Amino acid sequence: MQKIEAVIQPSKLDAVKDALVEIGVDGMTILEARGHGRQKGHTEVYRGREYSVDLLPKIKVEIVVTDEMVDDAVNAIISAARTGTIGDGKIFISKIDEAIRIRNDERGEIAL
Amino acid sequence: MRVAIFRVFLALLLMLGVGGPMLARQQVFAQTSPAASVSQSDRLAALEKQTATNATAIAAAQSSGDNAWMLVSAALVLMMSGPGLALFYGGLVRKKNVLGTMMQTFAMMALVTVLWALVSYSLAFGEGNAFIGGFHNMFLHGVELAPDPAYAATIPLQTFMIYQLMFAIITPALITGAFAERMKFSSMLVFMTLWTLVIYSPMAHMVWGKGGLLNAAQGGRIPCLDFAGGTVVHVTSGVSALVTAIFLGKRLGYPREPMPPHSVVLSFVGACMLWVGWFGFNAGSALSAGTLATSAFVTTHFAAAAAAIGWIAAEWIRQGKPSALGAISGAVAGLVAITPAAGFVTPISALWIGLIAGCFCYFMVVKIKVWFGYDDSLDAFGVHGAGGTLGAILTGVFANSAINPILGAGKAIGLLEGNWRQLIHQIGGVAIAWSISIVGTLIILFVVDKTMGLRVSEEEERDGLDLSQHGEEGYDWAH
Repeated sequence: MQKIEAVIQPSKLDAVKDALVEIGVDGMTILEARGHGRQKGHTEVYRGREYSVDLLPKIKVEIVVTDEMVDDAVNAIISAARTGTIGDGKIFISKIDEAIRIRNDERGEIAL
Repeated sequence: MRVAIFRVFLALLLMLGVGGPMLARQQVFAQTSPAASVSQSDRLAALEKQTATNATAIAAAQSSGDNAWMLVSAALVLMMSGPGLALFYGGLVRKKNVLGTMMQTFAMMALVTVLWALVSYSLAFGEGNAFIGGFHNMFLHGVELAPDPAYAATIPLQTFMIYQLMFAIITPALITGAFAERMKFSSMLVFMTLWTLVIYSPMAHMVWGKGGLLNAAQGGRIPCLDFAGGTVVHVTSGVSALVTAIFLGKRLGYPREPMPPHSVVLSFVGACMLWVGWFGFNAGSALSAGTLATSAFVTTHFAAAAAAIGWIAAEWIRQGKPSALGAISGAVAGLVAITPAAGFVTPISALWIGLIAGCFCYFMVVKIKVWFGYDDSLDAFGVHGAGGTLGAILTGVFANSAINPILGAGKAIGLLEGNWRQLIHQIGGVAIAWSISIVGTLIILFVVDKTMGLRVSEEEERDGLDLSQHGEEGYDWAH
């Protein structure tokens, strides 16, 4: 089992969600987040005063999938979330040791 | 078919209803006229009586027309404070101070109203000397429903009183923009109480009160034209704001830490309400519903529009982008500048006044404030002090005797008509407003600071006024 954390543009959430559901990802967790990557935000001007806004609103999608599904899920996210401009976001993948369904104590991949 | 018959029947009924009495009246006339042997003097007396009845009816009609407009105007001016100004300022602060900032304006709606009834109306509009009114109208004694011709001959004196109260409310509320995010609520209440008594009431008396030094309509020594409160409202509040901002010092972290507006959307809604409310402020200052009110209404609108264009044009050229905050700030600056001029200038002059004010206030807020380094947090001085001063002076330039022959029929008023004296009088009025604001505000600040302290503690300032002063939060993110 692996966890895929994708930080994406807020406007791409629906596209990413649909793409993941289409390839058979059953569950996901969505977080409203703020962050920046290399471009370090932008500047805003209020009555002549410049403010650099380095933390931009983003959406973080968290899913945990079986090892075989990781590539499909990553490809689905990339193709749905890419605009080709700065600020498209990043994907992080990590190993998951255990998954437990709270309702009936099921463990492992069956709990996903 | 049935419907058609019904309609015909209905029409017949109507004709009977209208025509019947007419026929009857003709018969009565026919009966009485041959028998009319009334003498000429009787007929004359009847005619005189009829004329008198007509005159009373006309006066009553005018009075109720004027009163209707003045009551609406009073409500519009109150709407400028809450929610207009409260939203405008509330959006410009950080979100931990939104309620504290709105509460400062709302507190004026309550506090100044009570003061007005107790004593400050009397000090502003009661009989007194050239500088301040007396105590005759304390507790609104003698402020009844009959009009006072010295102020407004066609509206109840209480309408005049409540209308003027709305000005007395918004004026101190404007100052709150300068000390936003750092003043103790308790000290603010004391400061504002003293400010209303020491600065607002005398200034209002000098410009609008009976026998006031600057009152142009009632032959003051220095006749200063101030149609709706350029000096009384905007110069006094703006200059006092500057003094308060410097006296209190900067907010913690200013200008190092970013302090952007937490919601330009709130400010946007507030500014639009200010624009609408300003029609009551300026056109209402005609104190009647006649042509002068229309003239002031038109100039008010034109100046606001031109100033919005002036500010965003300056922004566009210097910063590359026209901002929403710039557009609304410009409109407010234009409204401030046209306030003293509203009932004295032509619509085209209003466009010029607005355009100049938009560019000038942009320069004051963006350049001058940075050069001097004071923390006038929400630009109460940059917009109201600067715009009010500019407007008062431009009134002396553009005032037109064809719009409002206030100095007598055919007498030139403004500089463009060749009366350079008026410009001197305007500058005199502005100088008096600046002086009384600087000296009075400094004394009040000093007294309040020594006795109860003006600023919140550092910790309270970091927590924000909402939590530290009022024990609540504007936005609850947890639920």
